[in-house]
Amino acid sequence: MAEYVFLIPLFPLVGFLVLGLFGKYLKKESIIGLIGNLTVFLSFVFSFLIFLELVQNPIEEPHIVTLFPWISTGELHIDIAYQVDQLSILFALIVTGVGFLIHLYSVGYMHNDRSFYRFFAYMNLFIFMMLNLVLASSFLLTFLGWEGVGLCSYLLIGFWYDRKFEGVRIEWTGEAGNKAFIVNRIGDFGFLIAIFLLFVNFQTLNYTQLNQIFANSYSNLYNSGLIWAITLLLFLGCTGKSAQIPLAVWLPDAMAGPTPVSALIHAATMVTSGIFLIARNATLFALAPTTLTVVAVIGTFTAFFAATIGITQNDIKKVLAYSTVSQLGFMFSALGVGAFVAGVFHVMTHAFFKGLLFLAAGSVIHGMNEEQNIKRMGGLRNYMPKTYLTFFVATLAIAGIPFFSGFFSKDEILWKVFDSGKIWLWVILAVSAFFTAFYMFRLLNLVFFGKERFDMHHIHPHESPKIMTIPLQILAFLSAFGGFLGIPYALGAWLGPNCNLIEHWLEPVFADAQKVMVLNASYAAGLSHQIHFEEYLLMIISILIALVGIFLANKFYSDPEWSIPKKLATGFNSLYRTLFNKYYLDEFYFYVIVDPLLFLSNKILWKFFDSKIIDGIVNGSATVTVKVSELLRRIQTGFVQNYALLMFGGIVAIFIWLLFVI
Amino acid sequence: MELILTLFIPLAGAIILLFVNHEKHNFIKYFTLSVSLLTFIVSLFLLSKFDFNNTNFQFLTEAIWIERLNAGFRIGVDGISILLVMLTTFITPITILSSFSAIEKRNKEYYFLLLLLQFAMTGVFVALDLFLFYIFWELVLIPMYFIIGLWGGKNRIYSAVKFFIYTVVGSLFMLVAIIWLGLYVGGNILHLPGGFTSNFMQIRDVLSQNPIPFDIEKWLFLAFALSFCIKVPLFPLHTWLPDAHTEAPTPGSVILAGILLKLGTYGLIRFNIELLPHSAYFFAPYISILAVIGIIYGALVSAVQTDVKRLVAFSSVSHLGFVVLGIFSITVEGMQGAIIQMVNHGLSTGMLFLAVGILYERRHTREIAEYGGIARVMPAFSVFFGIAMLASVGLPGLNGFVGEFLCLLGAFKSPVLNSYLFTIFGATGVIFAAVYLLTMFQKVVFGPITNPHNHSLKDLNKREWAYLVPIVIFIVWIGVYPKFFLNYSEKTVKSVVSKVHTQSLGNTSTLNNLNLLKNIESNLGAKK
Repeated sequence: MAEYVFLIPLFPLVGFLVLGLFGKYLKKESIIGLIGNLTVFLSFVFSFLIFLELVQNPIEEPHIVTLFPWISTGELHIDIAYQVDQLSILFALIVTGVGFLIHLYSVGYMHNDRSFYRFFAYMNLFIFMMLNLVLASSFLLTFLGWEGVGLCSYLLIGFWYDRKFEGVRIEWTGEAGNKAFIVNRIGDFGFLIAIFLLFVNFQTLNYTQLNQIFANSYSNLYNSGLIWAITLLLFLGCTGKSAQIPLAVWLPDAMAGPTPVSALIHAATMVTSGIFLIARNATLFALAPTTLTVVAVIGTFTAFFAATIGITQNDIKKVLAYSTVSQLGFMFSALGVGAFVAGVFHVMTHAFFKGLLFLAAGSVIHGMNEEQNIKRMGGLRNYMPKTYLTFFVATLAIAGIPFFSGFFSKDEILWKVFDSGKIWLWVILAVSAFFTAFYMFRLLNLVFFGKERFDMHHIHPHESPKIMTIPLQILAFLSAFGGFLGIPYALGAWLGPNCNLIEHWLEPVFADAQKVMVLNASYAAGLSHQIHFEEYLLMIISILIALVGIFLANKFYSDPEWSIPKKLATGFNSLYRTLFNKYYLDEFYFYVIVDPLLFLSNKILWKFFDSKIIDGIVNGSATVTVKVSELLRRIQTGFVQNYALLMFGGIVAIFIWLLFVI
Repeated sequence: MELILTLFIPLAGAIILLFVNHEKHNFIKYFTLSVSLLTFIVSLFLLSKFDFNNTNFQFLTEAIWIERLNAGFRIGVDGISILLVMLTTFITPITILSSFSAIEKRNKEYYFLLLLLQFAMTGVFVALDLFLFYIFWELVLIPMYFIIGLWGGKNRIYSAVKFFIYTVVGSLFMLVAIIWLGLYVGGNILHLPGGFTSNFMQIRDVLSQNPIPFDIEKWLFLAFALSFCIKVPLFPLHTWLPDAHTEAPTPGSVILAGILLKLGTYGLIRFNIELLPHSAYFFAPYISILAVIGIIYGALVSAVQTDVKRLVAFSSVSHLGFVVLGIFSITVEGMQGAIIQMVNHGLSTGMLFLAVGILYERRHTREIAEYGGIARVMPAFSVFFGIAMLASVGLPGLNGFVGEFLCLLGAFKSPVLNSYLFTIFGATGVIFAAVYLLTMFQKVVFGPITNPHNHSLKDLNKREWAYLVPIVIFIVWIGVYPKFFLNYSEKTVKSVVSKVHTQSLGNTSTLNNLNLLKNIESNLGAKK
């Protein structure tokens, strides 16, 4: 089965081509929707079949399927080749599975859109690119997917290109798309340089070969400057795609796109590519303890930074967007302490509950005539019970209520960070977890509870059609129970040694990385299948933190006057303004980087250097030539006598020269 | 025979046009189109018979003109020129199709000049005689000068003169260098009866055995480089380009960007690298610094343009910087990247100019601010424009990425440049490319329609479809399966690069800068 892996990306590609080229002539939404959904579904089926095969016959080494040579010249030989192993198939399942549900939902959400076919063409292209990213067998093919998803994100953010969107120096949705693409490009720059460094030093870009090199000569490479540079540059790429500090600024503005896009690209899949890249190269990153620390610190601070912004936002999608940034920070913190499994596990559960939250938010927006401001909602649970219920499940999951999926994955991250000895990071993450519970229940309260704060005469909230609610229900099921795939040993010891299914599943992928990580003393302490008393204690603490967050949110926002939050906002006005304006990070970039650069380009380089200096010399030399010629022209009087005189003078001069000089 | 036909069919067509009544507009148009299509078909035969395992010149033809000077009509193609010849025969019919609406006066003269231009450009790529090369080189100027000067925009005279003088100044230095080379090889070394030779292959073979004293070679290198770098154009010799591009009629800009600029980069490989390897080694870092400055400078200045055509023109300065960087990395990857990037730039920037021309014909303005919301009224056009834009941005899967990646990789691993900084700075151009192209695209294509004139714009007509679709096919083809194209030049480039390395390293005595050389050697040793 594994040799048919190329079919997984092929179906969505075909879907993209068919819809892109002929979509205009397919008049019926049902046919377009069928094509768009069927291709992704088939990809899911094939991913699942390969997954089953891997379950039956676990493999230690990845299975490579080569299609044809791509860029091949000199010493560089890159093939279009896909890699089947536990990690790539897991990601393929998430991408196609969640992706399919979102496609299904979109048929309802995008109903009557004038570019219905274009939407599904882009979505199929996105799935194709994302599958290239995760199934690639080499850095360069991953880079193709990496930039490809960036393109689709750009196209889909600006999908409604003539709609307004408010942001810092953003007026139209397309500008938000630009911002996403350009900020991502800064990260891609790092990725590209890392690729060059890898190729020049190891003569290959294939994951398996590189992994072998790293695993075999880890004692030479451990903590070396080269590895440090490569991993740091790759991480720069990750901060772009996965919206971490310092490149986190694009994701909130990416909400300009249709909501299913936010669910698929800006929550469930694309933004996790940074996590994937580090997980894919776990051995490489394990060789760079310094970079891992950077990853952990950046991840933790991003988690905190975004969570604090999340509590002040009033746009339902923006709250979820900052929540995504924050959750990605949690994942990076996990990777940074070497807990690769925990990071990947959180990718999966997050895909379930965050995909669900966005789709449910889309359902709300849909039912509320495009209203996105949560201050103008309220009491919706009576109008859209299914949406409410599923949203509630997802909220419990992300808040970390026991036995919902987020509980398991987030708790494992917290525990691993604590266990690695980085207590301060744990504290910040725990505080972020508190804010997470708080802003989620604030959202829940403002949207679904309390009094209706919208204009009841004009807006008649209604439940969404089945094609939208069924995906919500499936995702709600997964958000509720998906966590049982990764039961920590501390809770599941009675089930046997492999109670943590996902850890067991990914064991062969991270085997080499584990071997290297042991070099790191603080990590070594945390290994072993022992149950620690602290683990239970931390678990209880984090449950309490979540409960306090929920309690406070309910207390603050069940009061129809919002008196406490209003007091806080006025009492700590400058802090509130800072949070509400996202720490002024956008403004900072504009003043410090963008504006000076534009000034330099416009006033100095172009209007001064180009026009005055270079062209000054060019035109100046032309003017000088003309002036000199005008002077010389005076000699050409046209009188024969003058010429004869000059000739005579010349001859005399030559004679004098011959006589006296030589 | 195929090569002779490829070269002369356009000339023959041009001569026939002279005898056609100038009022038969349609006949002139379709005749010119058929001539260029015929040339393209013939060049396909050329391509199919080309043996890419052979690193020598193929389809050789020789006829002596001036026996005393050993100057003659010598033509042939090798792996380096074959793709550029194909680019010329491919782009020309497209520009002719686009001329149907872009050119509204003096059809006969225009199409005559266009065919003459094709003849001259092909000539530059296939000439194997320095004398002949120079003739073709200068011949290119004349039709281009008139095309800008007669059919151009408001400021056309200034631009045409600037273009002409800039280029002529450069080529005069080249002429001196050619004469010196001919005398040196023909007289001092071979002792030919005329004391002169302009046979390229002869000179190349002689020089590989008898290197020119380094002090003199340096000056020759600079003379050739000046001429070629003006044409490329390399920063800071680029200021003719924005003016010429902006003022030229659409087809003129397409030919300028698509083919003419490549004459310069082709010359750099053919003369500066192949004939003068020691100096190429010596000057590579300096030229590469200018290339990298050009990449960043062109991109930054592009970002603040308000005239869409001028924006694309400055982007050429940036894109050609990658090509020059690839060439002077003197690595197989870099030079292969440079060659494929020459083709890429011809396709994607050519297509950008076509797109701008399509807009210009409908609205008669090039100001970005005049547009906005074009996607609503011209959806098909917007897709094509978008593809060209993304190819220019260097999106993987499209052609631009392959070229830029290889150029940057070559510079990165280059033992000659011996520093990662070239690539690190050069790669920032990839970021800036996204900035200026996406911003422009946003302002022109997306957003609402704010200008009422744009409400009634017509989408692409069949003729426009006909010349855009073939370009897109190649943009995708090169992006997905570049091996087909890379194969043509692979062997030749390998042999050129290895010759340059052995010659430069083998004759250490002729090199003044021994330190540099030692650096290189130790690097090579370390890499092995």
